Amino acid sequence: MQNIIWELESDKIRKTVLENKRLDERAFDEYRPIELTTNISHNADGSCQVKLGKTEVMVGVKSVLGTPYPDKQNEGSISVNMEFLPIASPEFEYGPPSSESIETARVVDRGLREAKALDFTKLCIIEGEKIWVVFLDIYTLNQDGNLFDASSIGCLKALSEAKLPKLDENNVIIPYEYDKKLELKRHPLLSTFVKIGNSVLVDPTLGEEKASSARFSIATTEDDYITAFQKGGKASGSFSVQEIDQCIETAFKRAKELRKKFFGKK
Amino acid sequence: MGKEKEIVYVDKSGKRLDGRKADELRPIKIKVGVVPNADGSCYLEWGYNKVVAAVYGPKEALPKHRADPYGANVNYYYRMASFSVSDRKNPRPGRREIEISKVSGEALKAAIFTEQFPNTNIDVYVEIFDSNAGTRIAGLTAASLALVDAGIPMRGIVAGCTVGKAGGHILVDLTKEEEDAPDAVDIPLAIIPETEEIVLLQMDGLLKKEEWDKAVQMGIAGCKQILELQKKALSKKFEGFPVQEIASDLRSESKKEEIKE
Repeated sequence: MQNIIWELESDKIRKTVLENKRLDERAFDEYRPIELTTNISHNADGSCQVKLGKTEVMVGVKSVLGTPYPDKQNEGSISVNMEFLPIASPEFEYGPPSSESIETARVVDRGLREAKALDFTKLCIIEGEKIWVVFLDIYTLNQDGNLFDASSIGCLKALSEAKLPKLDENNVIIPYEYDKKLELKRHPLLSTFVKIGNSVLVDPTLGEEKASSARFSIATTEDDYITAFQKGGKASGSFSVQEIDQCIETAFKRAKELRKKFFGKK
Repeated sequence: MGKEKEIVYVDKSGKRLDGRKADELRPIKIKVGVVPNADGSCYLEWGYNKVVAAVYGPKEALPKHRADPYGANVNYYYRMASFSVSDRKNPRPGRREIEISKVSGEALKAAIFTEQFPNTNIDVYVEIFDSNAGTRIAGLTAASLALVDAGIPMRGIVAGCTVGKAGGHILVDLTKEEEDAPDAVDIPLAIIPETEEIVLLQMDGLLKKEEWDKAVQMGIAGCKQILELQKKALSKKFEGFPVQEIASDLRSESKKEEIKE
């Protein structure tokens, strides 16, 4: 039953896009309204709730002590995980993470890591022995498409609010006491596009994702770097080099606006 | 910084660490039809990368609830053998393998006429036995030939090639050593060369738009070179296959009929 409804909606969306319109009357390069709420969790070291249209995710930061990787003795690390909670969609269920949730977490991780948003050397406590591992856990509350971008901005905001826990003289965490704030060196943000027919749309809703033939995401920084690409999409679609270029241009423009609005960046 | 000796990724004569030019691929060996049990298969060596790809299907989609009445599911499994990397790898698939499997399957789906096989699965298994950067592209290149070998109709062969940056230079087909450069950017790219449609594109690193413009052109050129090697490997497998004769027989048959009439 659900499938039939989605198919009818997909049909409607494709027809509307052919007339250069979207069902919610947005322009092809227009985002849905975004709302961020920080400090939603008392126990988390930093947290953020994101509303992107009807899509909703929650991000919590927890830093734990760990040992460094053998090849990076003086660097801490981050770990992004995503949980597709069944409360968010009839399509989600508990169990081992789906390939979709793994992909989302890894693309968000890639954007942050490769942009060196955090100075990993500052997360080192004792070289070769003790480091901070900053866990970013994303939970879906409502799935209405574009979990990529919602997660990306949620993670960045939660990180920008997060503090490192305080350590005692034996380097053990003192609960509910905090040290300095984590310092962000760059503010990478993801922008996700889908292709419907021959049109490319930014910030797809769930219906638009289902009607699309392919998906493409780009992470960009304030100093004009691209830090991640990811092409995907369940249906058999592809992008041309010109379409990719068009996406890159929109991604830079959109990310700049978001950085200005939520991170006070020029 | 400056602690270790700085590596020169491209020397004054334009040669890379392994003596290649910026736009030169590593040596590649391809053999189509290597697994007797499979419907289609391919063995590929790309530098130190060694890959076996096998295709089973189209076959009935099981479990039933995952069957798609509009076309075949393409299930792609990218796996690395435990001894294929420097430390022993846990043979259980990790998050990286799951992600690569997902995007690679989607890339192939863009090329296959899946609509001709409703309610079926096409299973593509890609096993990496030795690795030195660029395994997902090596796997995809082999898998696309295994599909052709299995006789699955496709819009075109999918050809892949990595592009990237090391030591400030845009290079094609990076080795592990180049991928470990401090400023390394890795861009796995796969296209259908005839139409230049991009079916797989990932990237991590710090890259400017101008660098991307250069990289994508080098990548497309690389993919086109790969396509030639793929075609060569296919014609070797089907050498002596009487395609030409059948065609000419048919032609003469139809001529005969014309005369009769």
